[in-house]
Amino acid sequence: MAAALQAYELGVKDIVILERDNSLGGILNQCIHNGFGLHVFKEELTGPEYALRFSEKIKETNITVMLDTMVIGAEKDKTLYAVNPEYGFMVIKAKAVILAMGCRERPRGALRIPGSNCAGVFTAGTAQRFVNIEGILPGKKVVILGSGDIGLIMARRMTLEGIKVMGVYEIMEYPGGLTRNIVQCLDDYDIPLHLSETVVKIHGKGRITGVTTAKVDSNMKPIKGTEQYVECDTLLLSVGLIPENELSEQMGVGMYQVTGGPFVDQDLETDTEGVFACGNVLHVHDLVDYVTMEGQRAAMSAKAYLDKTLTEKKSAQKIAVVAGNGLRYVLPQHIYLKDTEEKIKIFFRSRARFREVYVRASVGDNVLTRRKLLRLIPSEMESVDIKMRDLLNTGSETNGIGDLVIEVEQ
Amino acid sequence: MTKENIMKKDIVCIVCPRGCTIQVNYDKNGIISMEGSSCKRGDEYARAEILSPTRMITSSVKIDNAKYTVCPVKTGAPVSKSKIFDVMEEIYKVRIKAPVQQGDVIIKDVCGTGADIIATQTFETES
Repeated sequence: MAAALQAYELGVKDIVILERDNSLGGILNQCIHNGFGLHVFKEELTGPEYALRFSEKIKETNITVMLDTMVIGAEKDKTLYAVNPEYGFMVIKAKAVILAMGCRERPRGALRIPGSNCAGVFTAGTAQRFVNIEGILPGKKVVILGSGDIGLIMARRMTLEGIKVMGVYEIMEYPGGLTRNIVQCLDDYDIPLHLSETVVKIHGKGRITGVTTAKVDSNMKPIKGTEQYVECDTLLLSVGLIPENELSEQMGVGMYQVTGGPFVDQDLETDTEGVFACGNVLHVHDLVDYVTMEGQRAAMSAKAYLDKTLTEKKSAQKIAVVAGNGLRYVLPQHIYLKDTEEKIKIFFRSRARFREVYVRASVGDNVLTRRKLLRLIPSEMESVDIKMRDLLNTGSETNGIGDLVIEVEQ
Repeated sequence: MTKENIMKKDIVCIVCPRGCTIQVNYDKNGIISMEGSSCKRGDEYARAEILSPTRMITSSVKIDNAKYTVCPVKTGAPVSKSKIFDVMEEIYKVRIKAPVQQGDVIIKDVCGTGADIIATQTFETES
């Protein structure tokens, strides 16, 4: 929605939003807790309120919104195949496409937890939809595996609805979610958080009756003799999100294994010309505000592409942006050099937890910028700003410009 | 006053990403000492957490004649942490009817907290 509105405001005439759900807003509609919008609106909103700010604005425009519409195929030339109950099968020929499909949750199958294949094992987001949209409680006694934010939020939500949350089990030695969620969702309700512990077996015939948990060693292997049986009728999984890129791949977009999203340049353009990506389909974000801003940026680039001001760039030198020491990934993954005064924001996530470190951006021996961070943890995305001018200045006549390395200083 | 009446609590500050652990010693008359914060805002947060912690509550109420069976709600202002389950009892009891507009007051001054329960979603009437 943010991308569509931005494109509209920039004067793009013919915009269509293809949405498979029956309303706009995606996952925000089931995220009824507050904490959204502090950056974009400077106030704390709930998910539905945040979504409504955009959908109300869209109503005032001539943007075409197609709900209940499933895009079932896409091609490199930006032809989309979609179906919905009103129009049946549709072929849409777009001049530019912004991918904003979001992500989905890692399911039980991705974890290979041994045990019986019984009912009562849900992803945290499925339980969230049951409770907050359908008004159905998933069970009475719940174990949560993984300490991602959705799991933590659901621990509180279910407690408020009278469900007993037995505990949250996290295989890593630190929690996956934000500190404020640990404090306000677990500590407030005395819900135990078990770090370096995981579920090793699921018990139950028909319906889950309990799980076996175990502590893990530094290689995340369960330690024999530490097993404990925990009775429950529901197991929630909050173990990570996977960008949903089947359509992107059909469009010939190159994929970056670490983020699970497309490779993009500084304009959020993918390997396929005129195809841009933003939000959780590109990389999983921790704040919706950043998703909104990324959507707006994608729209600005799409508008520039339609105006033919982006087409020149691919003849220029392309340099790689590399995740160096301590970092898991960077975004964008490459930059086309341009003789402009533009500023490039490079987002990154760390591999481990750091305290009071400098993160440096450099090309060869040239340090372009250093940023001090009081705390750098994998669950919180950070960024550094680079000036295109500084990047160009690292080159000499004999040598081109090398890779841009972003790293934690030793 | 005997030493046994002094209580200790470790508070993880959530004001900024630094995440200081603040050790607070207090008794029934108030805070005796605080240690471990790095700024004034952290001290204020810890003081509020000991003396009068508040939270926003978000939940849902039953709704009839709408696309779904529940409508999300929130407290219009943070309420005392000790009142959370009292407020939830009131939320359980309510049943509303579509149409409802985001921002509509569902319960006025819930449990005497001064905060209203407000709808956070808009639902048209559906047959």
